[in-house]
Amino acid sequence: MALRQCAIYGKGGIGKSTTTQNLVSALAELGNNVMIVGCDPKADSTRLILHAKAQTTIMSLAAEAGSVEDLELEDVLKAGYRGIKCVESGGPEPGVGCAGRGVITAINFLEEEGAYDDELDFVFYDVLGDVVCGGFAMPIRENKAQEIYIVCSGEMMAMYAANNIAKGIVKYANSGSVRLAGLICNSRETAREDELISALAAKIGTTMIHFVPRDNVVQRAEIRRMTVIEYEPEAKQAEEYRQLATKIRDNKNFVIPTPITMDELEELMMEFGIIDDVDESIIGVSAAAAEAVA
Amino acid sequence: MAALTKEETEALIQEVLEIYPEQARKDRAKHLAINDQSLEKSNKCITSNRKSQPGVMTIRGCAYAGSKGVVWGPIKDMIHISHGPVGCGQYSRAGRRNYYVGTTGVNTFGTMNFTSDFQEKDIVFGGDKKLAKIMNEIEALFPLNKGISIQSECPIGLIGDDIEAVAKKANKEINKPVVPVRCEGFRGVSQSLGHHIANDAIRDWVLENRDGDESFATTPYDVAVIGDYNIGGDAWASRTLLEEMGLRVVAQWSGDGTIAEMEKTPKVKLNLIHCYRSMNYIARHMEEKYKIPWIEYNFFGPTKIAESLRKIAALFDETIQAGAEKVIAKYQAEYDAVIAKYKPRLQGKRVMLYVGGLRPRHVIGAYEDLGMEVVGTGYEFGHNDDYDRTIKEMGNATLIYDDVTGYEFEEFVKRVQPDLIGSGIKEKYIFQKMGIPFRQMHSWDYSGPYHGYDGFAIFARDMDMTLNNPCWKQVKAPWKTAESSDVAVAASV
Repeated sequence: MALRQCAIYGKGGIGKSTTTQNLVSALAELGNNVMIVGCDPKADSTRLILHAKAQTTIMSLAAEAGSVEDLELEDVLKAGYRGIKCVESGGPEPGVGCAGRGVITAINFLEEEGAYDDELDFVFYDVLGDVVCGGFAMPIRENKAQEIYIVCSGEMMAMYAANNIAKGIVKYANSGSVRLAGLICNSRETAREDELISALAAKIGTTMIHFVPRDNVVQRAEIRRMTVIEYEPEAKQAEEYRQLATKIRDNKNFVIPTPITMDELEELMMEFGIIDDVDESIIGVSAAAAEAVA
Repeated sequence: MAALTKEETEALIQEVLEIYPEQARKDRAKHLAINDQSLEKSNKCITSNRKSQPGVMTIRGCAYAGSKGVVWGPIKDMIHISHGPVGCGQYSRAGRRNYYVGTTGVNTFGTMNFTSDFQEKDIVFGGDKKLAKIMNEIEALFPLNKGISIQSECPIGLIGDDIEAVAKKANKEINKPVVPVRCEGFRGVSQSLGHHIANDAIRDWVLENRDGDESFATTPYDVAVIGDYNIGGDAWASRTLLEEMGLRVVAQWSGDGTIAEMEKTPKVKLNLIHCYRSMNYIARHMEEKYKIPWIEYNFFGPTKIAESLRKIAALFDETIQAGAEKVIAKYQAEYDAVIAKYKPRLQGKRVMLYVGGLRPRHVIGAYEDLGMEVVGTGYEFGHNDDYDRTIKEMGNATLIYDDVTGYEFEEFVKRVQPDLIGSGIKEKYIFQKMGIPFRQMHSWDYSGPYHGYDGFAIFARDMDMTLNNPCWKQVKAPWKTAESSDVAVAASV
């Protein structure tokens, strides 16, 4: 099987890292060779696989050694649960330096050192919340990830972020091979969440590939620095992640997304009763001003 | 070749613009003008200080070049850190020939390159810690330095390093001025913004250092020379004249200058501005804050020197006014001899200039003293106040070009056929290969000084030896007649 490179994007705090690691564990369980590339200076994309607090990162090791050219692949690549290969790009503490450049440097290093070998079936890039600059778009540039999965929930801002990420994908899709491969709904238990995300997916030209329900077992596993697949393989939630993994493995629905406008997004929310059908004249007016008119 | 008429110059500009695509033509048309002495303001005829067109050859530099290369670099007893990757500091090292007195590496540092030599990891993790470490190392290795300036290269502005915080901390630790300068190269359209940023840094981090300290004994004749970078010794040749007329030069900004001189400048009675473009900002600030008046002067060629000496003296008492006359009289025999020797060899020769700062207008008088005529001039990074000051210096119907492109300059030269071109190193070899005598007028072609009476003698000699060099007679192939070579030029257009 040819190597499939996938990137996971989504609003900050939506559960990208947790979902990715559970999904990857399930893929490994199915017999796939998988690598996770954490593209976040916090370096917490692989802790559930490695059972570690935080992994040493490419950039921190490069800083110690003097330059990234002084590093060897085995210095940065660690094997975890079921042989899943883990690497973290790393980067500066908040407020200094350039985290985006860290991602670029790290991914270039992995390519040059031949980290993407023939043995691998999947690479997953777990990217920090917002594509704030070119560095965090690195995984979706030419010859990197071809499939993008967006993690979202039925909350307005999560959907808004998903739509924005779709806009970013359009830019790179038109000039390269990157495609939107689906939305993963990580449930926040909002009203009619699965229908809403399915409708949003349809609007932007893709599908909701799986609805992952909320389950406290995820939290309990996290405290043990494990995925649910490893912590409680019999749990119902583990089965959900296995279904997600199977669907992603069999996924052939790769599209150039058709992002929608803010107005369309609000209409969608209203349609599903998230926002009450309100008097349009007061939208965008401050509460005090609306009060004064009434 | 006879001078072009107004109509011919107009036609030439139109012809040169012809080749551009519409948008570029519209833009470039605003930067090319025919001089009209009747205009009071240049904005009627020319636009300046705008972004260069993509795709053309421009001669401009960047904000870092304006700050580190021009304003700060010559302050000899400070160490100027080129903060960022190694190239900016290394390729700008010691190239401008700002002469100074001192022992390099001990108490002066002008020709050395100090850089933080950024690596990938410094971009990703930020360079503040490295910068702090560099300053400690500087203190240990070069304890006689009198202060440090941090000259930002592009990445500093991109990754958001807090060099101001590092500077403040280092200032407390080493108890010397540490000046952060935000002169990232991508800021502004040319080096001009770098001058402004550098001036502002002096205002914010240096000028107030001795406020309230009256220990410096002042005299009524204290002046500061501002905007003389001592290229080839220019400031020295100027300073002697001012001192001979009875003034006391307290500070030189910034050629052969020191941080102490800068700090004492708010105590002077008058600021004398040579390069208006790069240092008018600080002169205006001192006028506002310390009530120090300032005037522009021009020390190129005896006519302008005498004019300037009298203008300066008029702001002082009779002693100084008499001093100025004495100086002019003292050197008269000397400069008359220079004119007598060279004018017959240079009379009627036509010059085209394209340089930066003050030179596009300031050197015109020196050429005229030798009987030469400047028929085209332009500024790399001038603003309209520079062109305002140029209109009266240039003859009617002469060419004025702002941020001229390589193509435009070559085409103008082909048509105008000047006897001499004065411009930079990037233009030099092109025009020499076209068979036209050329002087590099940024660093005086490794000669100088050109300021003052001493400088005028060297200027006259240099122009003569370039223009009347026998090599130019050998440039044309002997089998080609004058007419056939003209045809060749026309055909290559």
